Amino acid sequence: MPRVLLIEDDPAVREGVELGLRRRGHEVRAAATGEAGLAALAEFRPDLLLLDLMLPGMNGVQVCRQVRERSQLPIIMLTARGDDFDVVIGLEAGADDYIVKPARTEVIEARIRAVLRRLDDGNPGRPAIEVYGALTVDRVGLTVAKAGRPLALAPSELKLLLHLCAAPEQVFSRQQLLEHVWEHSYHADARLVDACVARLRGKIEDEPGSPRYVQTLRGFGYRFGPL
Amino acid sequence: MITGPRRGRPRRHDDGNGDGDERHGGTPAEERSRSRVRAFGLRTRLLLAFLLVAAVSAGTTAALTYREARNALLETAQDTAVTSFRDQVQQTGFSLPVRREGLEEVLRDIARKGKPHPWVVFAEYGSLRASSGENPVSTVITPELRRAATADPHGSFERVVKDGVPYLTIAMPTVFRASASTVLPSGLVLYAVMRMTDEQLNVDALLTAARDGALPGLVVALIPALLAARSVLRPVRELSRAARSMGSGRLDTRIPVRGSDELADLARTFNESAAQLERSVRELREAEERARRFASDVSHELRTPLAGMLAVTEVLDEDADDLDADTARAVRLVSAETGKLAVLVEDLMEISRFDARAAELNTDEVDVAEAIGKTLQHRHWTDGRVRVELPGGIRARLDPRRFDVVVANLVGNALRHGGAPVMVRLRTEERPPGPPVLVTEVVDSGPGIRPESLPHIFDRFYKADAARTRSAGSGLGLAITQENVKLHGGTIHAGNLPGGGAVFTVEIPLQAEEAGG
Repeated sequence: MPRVLLIEDDPAVREGVELGLRRRGHEVRAAATGEAGLAALAEFRPDLLLLDLMLPGMNGVQVCRQVRERSQLPIIMLTARGDDFDVVIGLEAGADDYIVKPARTEVIEARIRAVLRRLDDGNPGRPAIEVYGALTVDRVGLTVAKAGRPLALAPSELKLLLHLCAAPEQVFSRQQLLEHVWEHSYHADARLVDACVARLRGKIEDEPGSPRYVQTLRGFGYRFGPL
Repeated sequence: MITGPRRGRPRRHDDGNGDGDERHGGTPAEERSRSRVRAFGLRTRLLLAFLLVAAVSAGTTAALTYREARNALLETAQDTAVTSFRDQVQQTGFSLPVRREGLEEVLRDIARKGKPHPWVVFAEYGSLRASSGENPVSTVITPELRRAATADPHGSFERVVKDGVPYLTIAMPTVFRASASTVLPSGLVLYAVMRMTDEQLNVDALLTAARDGALPGLVVALIPALLAARSVLRPVRELSRAARSMGSGRLDTRIPVRGSDELADLARTFNESAAQLERSVRELREAEERARRFASDVSHELRTPLAGMLAVTEVLDEDADDLDADTARAVRLVSAETGKLAVLVEDLMEISRFDARAAELNTDEVDVAEAIGKTLQHRHWTDGRVRVELPGGIRARLDPRRFDVVVANLVGNALRHGGAPVMVRLRTEERPPGPPVLVTEVVDSGPGIRPESLPHIFDRFYKADAARTRSAGSGLGLAITQENVKLHGGTIHAGNLPGGGAVFTVEIPLQAEEAGG
């Protein structure tokens, strides 16, 4: 069962979510502030971080950036719909997904499982390692290298890239990507995709302004290539 | 830094259709043309009044002057003629009884001395007729003159117009002195007939002069009339412009006050009223803003404890079976109501975001049929209770999340309050001159909406059925649906089919090309 670190300042939410997840068999460690959460990271070594955006002192976005500087730990933000601006900032800071509060434990767990799930390879017959231009993608080892140097991709970025390049030159709408990569219900937020694409481009493209690998088709979605 | 929920104008990521406020009035050019074509506007009436006054005064003056001058002219001519004719008649000796021979000579003699114009002289004595002209009898002398002639020994005269020519006819009875004191008519009456063409010409000239004097007078009267009209109309127009500007929401509109006349008073009154209105509206808006912020703050504050409660409802549900009956019921009740409360608070927050204009439209281009299909699938409405007519290939720029909420709410309502089967229809309609619209129709098979409920169906917390339990939803569903449709620049309409069954029609302007088109 995944080990979850929860950073949440409100005692009721902290206790409720911790209780709910523990009942479902997760190992949960809870912290009340960003600073305490960051301190617990090294010692607890969680599989996933549940992060409230509205924290006293060091806020969730800052925590998110700090974690991303050092690791590719999956991060799910706890947020409230309506604080839209915060969601975008959080996604840009490197969060993989977000949950709107208040949420039932089953929803929270479903999101946790979706983030942690490996993309099932729809085509086991393909070679494990593929080369696209300067990119080398290892589907089995789940690593991506550019010009020989390994890239540090967050889980959502890696999944998105693997999904797109599994069918080069095929256009995927944002809704399709939300369903396949994030396993979101249909009406989820397309900005999740846009923020993730932007972060991915920042890491794999030579010029993120005129992308070569992940291309936009206005009004339709995204596709990998053609190179 | 992050500081709680943010409020701001709705940001539209697509090209919005500008400000859709209803237009009050028009451009200055339109105003001008409108005031010009108005048949009996203030300006026209003022001009007409001025012209009427000027015409009456000029006309009266001209008429009086003309009459006096004409009378003076004619009387001078008459007096001259009558006096000289009397003198001539008196100086001429007539032997009685009168005989024709010699008489004509005498008449011609008198006629030659006619003043101011030549005369034709006629004599009448019994049945004897003589004249200085060709005809022995005049055609101009009237019977009245003949009667007057015998009555008045000093002579009479009459002006006659015959065939358009004016004549002066004078009758002079001759008398003889019976004694020193008595004068008897001799029975011989002399008539003089004189054309008065010259006088007529003079009179006509007078008339022309009067007319020519009056017309420029009228034209000159136009100038003060226009000035007066302008001095009245300009403030009135300013007032109308200001009122329109107030009507379109610029409550800080004021009019410059000029002078101290009634129009200035009007302007001052307008300004005072506008200031008062502005104050009241500001107070109202502040109160409304406070109320909105309160609702928003309350729902925000409720959300945090709810997040904690909602996270543990499963724990309650799971363990309820192991508790005694009463505790189990209580626990299940708390769990169920927590879920409803969470929905209610979420809806309240959504409504307060609409109220604070903080609702954002995150549009994406989607295949609408596919989007509706996913909505139904996601809500597990694919068991035949909901039928669809969803033509493929219609692409539109929508906010997928909000559109999903709209469709889910309408279909959910139709199933709950109407009855299965529910029909969802999709089509596009041309709406010149605007863009084509996307029409989504949700029809149920229930009894329809009661007519008295129709106007309120989109109101917040409105219960169409007084006996409706709260379990039907938050009571905000249709209000949120309407706000979501409005955010897309569309409209939603509720109605009933002739054969029963409620129809909800959503129309959203299409801002995307058809696929492949």
